[in-house]
Amino acid sequence: MTDSFEPVIIGFTCNWCSYRAADMAGTARMKYAPNIRLIRLMCSGRLDPTFVLKAFAGGADAVMISGCHPGDCHYVEQNYKALRRFHLLKRYLTQMGIEPGRLKLVWASAAEGAMLADTINKYVEEVRALGPLNWPTMEVKLFTAPIEEEVAA
Amino acid sequence: MTKNEKPKFAMYWADSCGGCEIAVLNIHEKILDVDANFEVVFWPVAMDAKYKDVEAMPDASILLTLFNGAIHSAEHEHIAHLLRKKSKLLVAFGSCACEGCIPALINLSSKTEFFDTVFSTISTDNPNNIRPQTSVTMPEGVITIPEMYSVVRTLDQVVPVDYFMPGCPPESHQIAAVIDLVIQVLQGKAELPPPGSVIGAGGSTVCDDCPRKRNVKKIKKFDRIQFIVPDPELCLLEQGILCSGPATRNGCEAKCPSAGSPCIGCYGPAEGVVDYGARLMSAVASLIDSNNPDEIDQILDGMPDPAGQLYRFNMAGSLLRASKAAWQGK
Repeated sequence: MTDSFEPVIIGFTCNWCSYRAADMAGTARMKYAPNIRLIRLMCSGRLDPTFVLKAFAGGADAVMISGCHPGDCHYVEQNYKALRRFHLLKRYLTQMGIEPGRLKLVWASAAEGAMLADTINKYVEEVRALGPLNWPTMEVKLFTAPIEEEVAA
Repeated sequence: MTKNEKPKFAMYWADSCGGCEIAVLNIHEKILDVDANFEVVFWPVAMDAKYKDVEAMPDASILLTLFNGAIHSAEHEHIAHLLRKKSKLLVAFGSCACEGCIPALINLSSKTEFFDTVFSTISTDNPNNIRPQTSVTMPEGVITIPEMYSVVRTLDQVVPVDYFMPGCPPESHQIAAVIDLVIQVLQGKAELPPPGSVIGAGGSTVCDDCPRKRNVKKIKKFDRIQFIVPDPELCLLEQGILCSGPATRNGCEAKCPSAGSPCIGCYGPAEGVVDYGARLMSAVASLIDSNNPDEIDQILDGMPDPAGQLYRFNMAGSLLRASKAAWQGK
């Protein structure tokens, strides 16, 4: 175990814009920090706040949500729903003692590979400065059957 | 158990208010069926029984235990383990045991803040600033009280639970139906639902049972029920009143919204909902009629305590369970 802390960031990307931006960054051989784990959704509007909370509860240090620029949503206006949920989620996380800086919203079009790579690199450093989150439920297996029973209660 | 012995029944309260016991008594003459079919062996609120009596019982000798209340102290935890061992069927009864309920809102504060609020506010006469200790030596000997935990847990975060019966408190007609079912099972006329099921509740949401009219929901402002006279026909959310119906399990016949008061979510997460507050957050945030971040923030200022409001009954059962302050344990 070394002293250097490598943050784990879960990034939710939109199939139509930011996922393609990340893809473009890769195709163009631009490098960005491996600390971010990208998950593709069909739209940022698909982002259920549950996903974010599950990421934190399961050991993530930060979560990045990315979607199409305002006005450019493939599904007309779902990215605005993501924006509203992001604002409410941030307020909730602050009350729970999770720094607002651990949740980030980024708009990235499919052409903005370089911008996305750059944003990710900067964000990794910001989260590194915040330090590990180590949410105490991270030892709890979130995907096993008994927990499913508990949450159905 | 010999043939002429009645099956045994127990009920316990951990961190709870006693409303669940009243709801059980509220099943009216059905309580006579309970007495006719069961021998009540342990029910601290209704009869005198000692913990050592329960400890002396053979394992799995109690057929049905309704456990209400959340786990907030070493005593609650001890009795949860004890009753698990002694019971065949352990039911998490009521919102506190299922998901934490109101007692679990303390998970938003540290233990120090909690004790300061209780023991050092201006209305409390406590000049020496005394705090409860788990053990105090007196001339007569050592007095001990159970340790209070800083994080309230649900029953199934402590011991395995067979069934969950939500509600704050569970509706009496639902309790009566569950008791009828258990009696029928005893008589061989019915079968128990699969272990881990939610019993005495519906499989949908409160909105599904709500008689109010629904249109497209768009709101510019969150309002509070005490400040406006809501339209009696129209969905409360459309009128800007935060109603928990979209995330809450049905089973109560939408009593609150029918009476003009918003659903506060006491029946817990609807079928398939992993995190109650997240589901509600998702629903509520999408109502906001603005695409401008500043205006969205301004509208959200109308919801002064999102954690308390979105997780009023579900804090301990949520994914994060408690705030960082509470997890730190001091």
